[in-house]
Amino acid sequence: MKIAVCIKQVPDSWAEKKMVGGLLDRANVDAVLNDLDEYAVEEALRIAEAHGGNEEGGANTVTVISMGPERATEAVRKALSMGANDAILISDAVLVGADAVVTAEVLANVIFKGEYDLVICGTESTDARMSVVPAMMSEKLGCAQLTFASKVTVDPGAKKVSITRVTEAGVDEVHGEFPCVISVVEKINEPRYPSFKGIMAAKKKTIDIRDFASTGAEFTKSWSAVIDAAPRPPRAAGVVVTDDGSAGQKLVDFLSEKKLI
Amino acid sequence: MSTVLILADFAGEKATKATVEIATAGAVIGEVTALVLAPVGKGAAYAASINQGPVTKVLVIESDDFTKHGVAACADALAHVIGQTTPSAVLVVSNAFGKEVAGRVAMKLKIGIITDAVDIAPDCSATQLVFGGSTTVHSKVAEGTGIITVRPNTITANFAPASPTIENITAPISDCSKKATITSSQPPVKGGRPELTEANIVVSGGRGTNGDFATVEAFADSLGAAVGASRAATDAGWYPHSHQVGQTGKTVSPQLYVACGISGAIQHRAGMQTSKNIVVVNKDPEAPLFELADFGVVGDLFAVLPPATEGVKARKA
Repeated sequence: MKIAVCIKQVPDSWAEKKMVGGLLDRANVDAVLNDLDEYAVEEALRIAEAHGGNEEGGANTVTVISMGPERATEAVRKALSMGANDAILISDAVLVGADAVVTAEVLANVIFKGEYDLVICGTESTDARMSVVPAMMSEKLGCAQLTFASKVTVDPGAKKVSITRVTEAGVDEVHGEFPCVISVVEKINEPRYPSFKGIMAAKKKTIDIRDFASTGAEFTKSWSAVIDAAPRPPRAAGVVVTDDGSAGQKLVDFLSEKKLI
Repeated sequence: MSTVLILADFAGEKATKATVEIATAGAVIGEVTALVLAPVGKGAAYAASINQGPVTKVLVIESDDFTKHGVAACADALAHVIGQTTPSAVLVVSNAFGKEVAGRVAMKLKIGIITDAVDIAPDCSATQLVFGGSTTVHSKVAEGTGIITVRPNTITANFAPASPTIENITAPISDCSKKATITSSQPPVKGGRPELTEANIVVSGGRGTNGDFATVEAFADSLGAAVGASRAATDAGWYPHSHQVGQTGKTVSPQLYVACGISGAIQHRAGMQTSKNIVVVNKDPEAPLFELADFGVVGDLFAVLPPATEGVKARKA
């Protein structure tokens, strides 16, 4: 199987994020591999390992695909150190500020050319939190959308995939064939820590850096734009009491005063 | 007059409160038409449940492809109706299904998409709270119709009775949209408590519960609240992951959020920071969540919550 994993480099969850000129200031914050993409990398590796492995000459390959500034090679390198075989990074100044439609268009074009059997993603990035790119790529590729999976079962011989989809609306069993786009929820697995050997090996792995023109994507125009952005004012300081046995009642009084009960 | 198309959201055969919220949000732009996607034979029942909120027209499409093929089939139908009716804006509920349908429609029609709006202006621009609610952003689609997903519980719904006209239509579903097949669906397990993202009150427990959620649940039940949990609590296996509030879990904005034994890592704050009133109960006076508290109690939740539970019950009796 040819497996692609889409990842994104995002600002560290702990970092203070700022908007500059309508865009997230990515240059001046610590950047990491999106937490939720680690589950996608892990699931790709587990699927490969369950069906003949992804060592050199093995039955499967796991390719990391990302779009972002050149600095995103750090996040890509982390996925490689977990055990992915190689990587493609689409990096081009024309893509700065790309919205979800453009991102999905570019990634889907690269995926289409690469003829992958499975495309695996996290459910969302922890910065934009839109949760739409996997569905958009499936739409563009015209292939099965198997998203929000808490369990993935692959039958490479029959080229079939079954997932358990878990959302607010309940639990669905969903089936599709190769090629398909899968997104996996947190908790599907426990992502591995890169081993020392993995980290050393990742340094020698190829990251194929491509420009926009090479992808064959048709547009870079974003259809949505930020008009303005401002930090929210801090909440007004509230009342804090120390429990002396009466705090429970004081809490009830507060709720009553605010007409919450 | 401009028109707004909303994709009605259902729980079983009943339109949800979130449907009334997006209708209310849409009415500031223009006349609201609701699109109902129903299984064959169920269209009339689904449409009849749209009896509240500023909806003037209901379009009903019946097809078993919606339940069999899910998001992709629904996106085909919505895109078709957008093409036929050219509304000023399209509003969808911001849940996993709604966001994915919106994403596919945006990709298909090459239109702008804005997710997780908390307010909509008459010029179709949207307000979003990003980076864990620390920043307010106003966004707009560049031109033409945009599709906007609206976060549940952020718009004050207008529940005025409605008696919209109902029209049955059809839409083609492409073969590509039938490539994923759903063979079984189970509704979420309801514990008799409201859904986390739709609840007016949420009571959450964290590390401080030490695994015992009974006290937190009892307080939640006295308030008719949903129960949430911090990542520390769900990671420890103390409470189901589906109840996790935070950056990697659910985002809630209830009228009242009560955090019990939760210190308030950024991870958690990102999921509850936009709540209208915040109450914090924690033994540690240094817990960062006290910074957000409208009312804070430095104390043991096991000592504070039981008398509060009794107090609420007495107040309601």
